[in-house]
Amino acid sequence: MYDVVIVGAGVVGCAIAREISRYKLKSIVLEKENDVCCGTSKANSAIVHAGHDALPETLKGKLNAKANLMFDKLAEDLDFHFRRNGSLVLCFDEKDMDKLYELKARGEKNGVPELQIISGDEVRKMEPNVSDQVVAALYAPTGGIVCPFNLTIALAENAHVNGVEFNFNSEVINIKKLEDGFEVKTKDKTIRTKILVNAAGVYGDKLNNMVSKHKFTITPRKGEYNLFDKYVGNLTDKTLFQLPTKLGKGVLVTPTIDGNLLVGPNAVDIEDKEDVSTTREGLDDIMEKASLSVKFLPKGNIITSFSGLRARSEKDDFIIGEAPDVPGFINASSIESPGLTCAPLIGVIVSDIIKEKLNPKLNENFNPKRKGITRFNDLSLEEKKKIIKERPEYGRIVCRCESVTEGEILDAINRPLGAKDLDGIKRRTRAGAGRCQSGFCISRTMELLHSELNIPPTEITKFGKASKILVGTNKESI
Amino acid sequence: MNYDLVIIGGGPAGLAAAVAAKEEGIDNLIILEREEELGGILNQCIHNGFGLHTFKEELTGPEYAQRFIDKVNELSIEYKLDTMVLDITEDKTIYAINPKEGLLEIHAKAIILAMGCRERPRGALTIPGTRCSGIMTAGAAQKFVNMKNYMPGKEVVVLGSGDIGLIMARRMTFEGAKVKAVVELLPYSSGLKRNIVQCLDDYNIPLKLSHTVVNIHGKERLEGVTIAKVDGNRKPIKETEEYIPCDTLLLSVGLIPENELSRKVGVELSPVTGGAVVDNHFQTSVEGIFSCGNVLHVHDLVDNVTLESYSAGKNASKYLKGQLRKGETIKLKATDGVRYTVPHFINPSTIEKDITVRFRVGDVFKGAAIAVYFDDTKVLNKKKRILAPGEMEEVKLASDLFSQYPGVKTITLKVERS
Ligand SMILES: Cc1cc2nc3c(=O)[nH]c(=O)nc-3n(C[C@H](O)[C@H](O)[C@H](O)COP(=O)(O)OP(=O)(O)OC[C@H]3O[C@@H](n4cnc5c(N)ncnc54)[C@H](O)[C@@H]3O)c2cc1C
Ligand SMILES: Cc1cc2nc3c(=O)[nH]c(=O)nc-3n(C[C@H](O)[C@H](O)[C@H](O)COP(=O)(O)OP(=O)(O)OC[C@H]3O[C@@H](n4cnc5c(N)ncnc54)[C@H](O)[C@@H]3O)c2cc1C
Repeated sequence: MYDVVIVGAGVVGCAIAREISRYKLKSIVLEKENDVCCGTSKANSAIVHAGHDALPETLKGKLNAKANLMFDKLAEDLDFHFRRNGSLVLCFDEKDMDKLYELKARGEKNGVPELQIISGDEVRKMEPNVSDQVVAALYAPTGGIVCPFNLTIALAENAHVNGVEFNFNSEVINIKKLEDGFEVKTKDKTIRTKILVNAAGVYGDKLNNMVSKHKFTITPRKGEYNLFDKYVGNLTDKTLFQLPTKLGKGVLVTPTIDGNLLVGPNAVDIEDKEDVSTTREGLDDIMEKASLSVKFLPKGNIITSFSGLRARSEKDDFIIGEAPDVPGFINASSIESPGLTCAPLIGVIVSDIIKEKLNPKLNENFNPKRKGITRFNDLSLEEKKKIIKERPEYGRIVCRCESVTEGEILDAINRPLGAKDLDGIKRRTRAGAGRCQSGFCISRTMELLHSELNIPPTEITKFGKASKILVGTNKESI
Repeated sequence: MNYDLVIIGGGPAGLAAAVAAKEEGIDNLIILEREEELGGILNQCIHNGFGLHTFKEELTGPEYAQRFIDKVNELSIEYKLDTMVLDITEDKTIYAINPKEGLLEIHAKAIILAMGCRERPRGALTIPGTRCSGIMTAGAAQKFVNMKNYMPGKEVVVLGSGDIGLIMARRMTFEGAKVKAVVELLPYSSGLKRNIVQCLDDYNIPLKLSHTVVNIHGKERLEGVTIAKVDGNRKPIKETEEYIPCDTLLLSVGLIPENELSRKVGVELSPVTGGAVVDNHFQTSVEGIFSCGNVLHVHDLVDNVTLESYSAGKNASKYLKGQLRKGETIKLKATDGVRYTVPHFINPSTIEKDITVRFRVGDVFKGAAIAVYFDDTKVLNKKKRILAPGEMEEVKLASDLFSQYPGVKTITLKVERS
């Protein structure tokens, strides 16, 4: 019998897992994919929002600014990349100024510190590439950018090291309410647990509706992006949002934590919860809107496009807490934006509920610190010298575009909850995430997966399941 | 470590440059190559067709490379393998790493950049659709098939009709795959004519010109692509969409010179070629730094790479001997159908021999001519039955032209319809 089963290894599930690992609890995370961070947590804007957008009476409004402030300490403890680059909400029309002031007032109500309204010229002094059409902006110095993979993986690794089990390729297909808990079924096992946490992202409605009469529906709302080469990553240093207008919510232009430029997202409601394809219309739409924010959008430097699904329920807010009619079934559901930002705080809230219910002992061995993979590219010359001497694998570059060494890839494979597929390596090290998108390094990376994990090359996948890279050997099918 | 000349990249360009410099008496030189063997991209090009011009015989890529590797060994030219150059500074300090020696700091008097090129990925075209497996560049597939004996797929569509795509269409067919189509956005192929005949026509593989992939299907592994005809503005035409089931999409949509290092050291790059801006000595905007081969501009034929790099190696040795005089330069201008020229400048004070100007055109021209103007005077008219973007062209400017037209400011290359 488990104390806690968490369904979903996105940022929310992993944040909860890490928080409850402070206690002596027998707990497990069940994830249907091959790795952590395969759902919405892998495809979003990666902004640690300051917190001025949501209405003060919503959970989103209440949690955001507070969660934002947790990031400095968390980034230090868990060794992930985070930077407070600040954000600007751009206003394009004098007539919209009242909306900008309204946004500022809302932000202040939500507890966002240091908000300022600045003139168009002040904006361009800060960010010379901002369009001349901009008349003013709301400046939020606490806005930040984070690596969402890094964050999620760090939370998961730390939870795991502190005792939480993780099972992958374990889709929960049925939940039965028992007298003293739940029976949870995956395709190859059935486990019992006192508490069940629903952190299943866009599938949150499915899980909730299996046990609770308080049903809700999650409609995935797709957002598409273009990612640009690092050559143009310095087009802007701050995150540029657009003040919503009659024409819609607008799109953002932002640097990513790794120095690329990111443009998007649009918002289109769809039916298929697995449909993360991009569309011509969507990609054209975001480019057109983004060109309003900056003087020049370097279209020729796009290196990849992607999309993510917002888990949007009819409540239009986070659903956090025990289902009213099912004690022990805790929802962390409908976690749409700013869910990445709020995840650490959601972790604390859910963990507090569990603590209340089970009254667990403290885990004396809890170690809040986690050390990430040493990134060769971030080291000084002296440090580079030193690490190659100690670990010669750091002297061989595998991914040329991002200067990722064999040492880092080996570490990604062999660390706790290590990478098992190419996307797993990419998210942990950036190998294959650069301008050639793995054209050069794919074969070497596959050799390393093969030699470390003993997976035959023809069984190696991009992201688990049927996503194989090779189909056989030469002439086999003749 | 101190060297007179450091050559970055041990492909055909780097090898030829090293041989030339050594032959000119530069002894203190080294080649740095990040792979575990010399030869560059040729090592995976096991088809023949290399060296028709240089050796008057048809060699495979590795055979062609071997001739130069033998020469390098014969001349006792030093090289380091498994050694990746990470950075070059303005004072020509080179930082490189390898697992055995760690971080190397090498001081050079002259540098030749010969890093080759890489393939453009899917993202560069923003092809919409899913992000499944089964999509890779033709070069990556070539490496799997030719060097590892693994098949990336069974039912293949190739997007782009660059030479690598054409060659891989044939290779995949040899190895048991069904190549359903080669799809090309432009109304003409960007590959060599002989490759279209030998790789597609001979195997009945359809080449769909003025078509592109408009959607990619399949959640995990690729299941199919939707292609469509494009109009004159290269925009897909709605009713022409066609679904082709396939498990593999190979991309051959262009090569980009690998100029990360050149950027770091401040070498001026051409927005057209993506390679360095050079003079007739292949010297870049940074004194003492030279560039040749695919890192300078993408070549179709390795023979041209060899010739060009040989010349770059010779010029680097002249530089080291103090024989490259500085002086006024003449600008080369590419207009009216000529996309670019290499070199971009000519330094007339040091001209000894005829100057080869290599260039590409931006469209297909039939029965046209290449005209060269020294300022406003036409000095050369070279008739061409056909000019195509897929084939690199050249004209030779005789050295006495420069004494005939002293003080010339601009040399212009144009396509003229006769
Ligand atoms: C376009 C877009 C932009 C965004 N931008 C931002 C932003 O800038 N800042 C910000 O703070 N937030 C942003 N968000 C929101 C943020 O990304 C999400 O709130 C957050 O990632 C949600 O995390 P999650 O763990 O709830 O969901 P997910 O990451 O989707 O995780 C859920 C996991 O559950 C698994 N799962 C589902 N069903 C089952 C089952 N039956 N059994 C086992 N496993 C299952 C899934 O495979 C998945 O891995 C954005 C979202 C989108 C879509
Ligand atoms: C797939 C393919 C098929 C071809 N088919 C034909 C054909 O049929 N006939 C023909 O005549 N020509 C063909 N060519 C063209 C010809 O082979 C190339 O033009 C030629 O190989 C280019 O030589 P290069 O030395 O400039 O580049 P490359 O061969 O690419 O060599 C560059 C070298 O530099 C090294 N390098 C790069 N960066 C660094 C660094 N930072 N540190 C250390 N080393 C570095 C690389 O590892 C590589 O070995 C083909 C080309 C390709 C790509």
